Amino acid sequence: MYTEKVIEHFREPHNRGKLEEYSAIGKVGNIVCGDVMWLYIKVDEDADHRDVITDISWETFGCTAAIATSSMVSDLAKGKTLDEAIALTNQDVANELGGLPPVKMHCSALAADALNEAIYEYLTKQNRPIPEALAKRHERIAREVAALEKRYEAFSKKDGA
Amino acid sequence: MTMQTYTYLDNSATTPVAEAVLDAMLPYFTHRYGNASSLHQQGREAHKALEEARTEIAAGLGVSPAEILFTSGATEADNLAILGLAAADPSKRHIITTAIEHHAVLHSVEALAARGYETTVLDVDPSGRVDPEQVRAALRDDTLLVSVMAGNNEIGTLQPIEAIGDLCREREVPFHTDAVQAYGKLNLPMDRIDLMSVSAHKLHGPKGIGFLFVRKGVSLSPILHGGGHERGRRSGTENVAGIVGLAAAARVASTEREEVVARMRGFRKRLMGAIAEIPGSRLNGHATESLPHIANFSFEAIEGESLVMKLDEHGIAASTGSACSSPTLEPSHVLVAIGVPLSMAHGSLRISTGRQTTEAEIDRLIEVLPRVVEELRSFSPFKVSR
Repeated sequence: MYTEKVIEHFREPHNRGKLEEYSAIGKVGNIVCGDVMWLYIKVDEDADHRDVITDISWETFGCTAAIATSSMVSDLAKGKTLDEAIALTNQDVANELGGLPPVKMHCSALAADALNEAIYEYLTKQNRPIPEALAKRHERIAREVAALEKRYEAFSKKDGA
Repeated sequence: MTMQTYTYLDNSATTPVAEAVLDAMLPYFTHRYGNASSLHQQGREAHKALEEARTEIAAGLGVSPAEILFTSGATEADNLAILGLAAADPSKRHIITTAIEHHAVLHSVEALAARGYETTVLDVDPSGRVDPEQVRAALRDDTLLVSVMAGNNEIGTLQPIEAIGDLCREREVPFHTDAVQAYGKLNLPMDRIDLMSVSAHKLHGPKGIGFLFVRKGVSLSPILHGGGHERGRRSGTENVAGIVGLAAAARVASTEREEVVARMRGFRKRLMGAIAEIPGSRLNGHATESLPHIANFSFEAIEGESLVMKLDEHGIAASTGSACSSPTLEPSHVLVAIGVPLSMAHGSLRISTGRQTTEAEIDRLIEVLPRVVEELRSFSPFKVSR
């Protein structure tokens, strides 16, 4: 069902955990199956004054595909300029993993969304203009996160959760 | 991965065929291949094997051979019980079942609901038990059937089928039980049951064969039409090798039962003790009123499909009721019915043992499980209270 590449990233996921120092965080959840992903990015200016994602990490609650796509999106975005990173799509993530089962394609959307959200938060914090495509995706994602939080209300009320 | 290091703890999904079962079956593929309906010698031999198997299975349950009707498995047996009863008595338009039945029962009942039948789907308590009083309250004059499983396939909880059977008897309503996981492990109150579904492959028999017990006097219309096999109630050339295998599996189970069930109970107890030590874990099901071979747990902050995959990486096979593992992306209806919070339902793990399960395999799971739970939690956004 899963490609070797998916299994490889699941077994030894890259860039996992929380960054000690980060510029922004993208929090997304997929309402369909309850996957949740938090993506941390550290953004620095390079010699040409371009914003570059110099470090990246993630924390994910989810299935094999969710963990593998988290790992893959972090690989793909690391070292990229923000403009390059914004252009990354869920299809890029899935393709790099050699494909995902159709029922798991939404997991790759989750990873691309988390990156989108992290960049959105970064630009907002910096009082920088938000590209229209980024803003539109942000609106859709925000609606989905709200729905997920409602579904997880019981869980978040639990002690220590 | 060698067989020696592979730990198979998913025996509720299916079991390896026992050697004795395979040995009993093999001649029926190559040497005794006759069609049990044929007149010639080959046919007569096949027929003899078929009827001997039927007699042996019936004797094991203390019922009459004519009450055993072979099917392709439990899904067909469940469908036949429900749809066959409905077709035989169109005047009865109400069905009672529970929220935690197997989909073979629930979807058959839903198929009738779509045709205008009224259904009462009973809730269960947090351990997964149905209260017989709910059945009493739900029974009506036009109730076609009550279907309550003997032991649940996901969480193991046993149902009070004796009490439910009594209530059905009082009201003269047929009582069906899906005994797929209980058959061969527990004593079944056959005097209270009118229809019962069984599958061979959950009991170290082959896949593709099972039976429906139908008490004498219960009228059932066929759902498969054809040559009139099985006294006209289930057409289709009998799967003689499978049926011989089913009888052999029942024999193996009955011979070893005491010893195997005692061992399974011990494993379940050990698992419950060891897993309770893992922070943020819970048992789904009932601590004692349970099938001996099934134990279901949930772990906070992690997701079951990735847990199953991590265990697989370590050569351990188990299963989950997580949404991510299901083709519909919905969490298990059983876990939802017993009120497991959604996040915990996503993080469920079912461990099910078989006759071949060893103490060393349980040791191995107990050693590996806390580590993989910890590993997955190390990069989960949710934290667990200690």
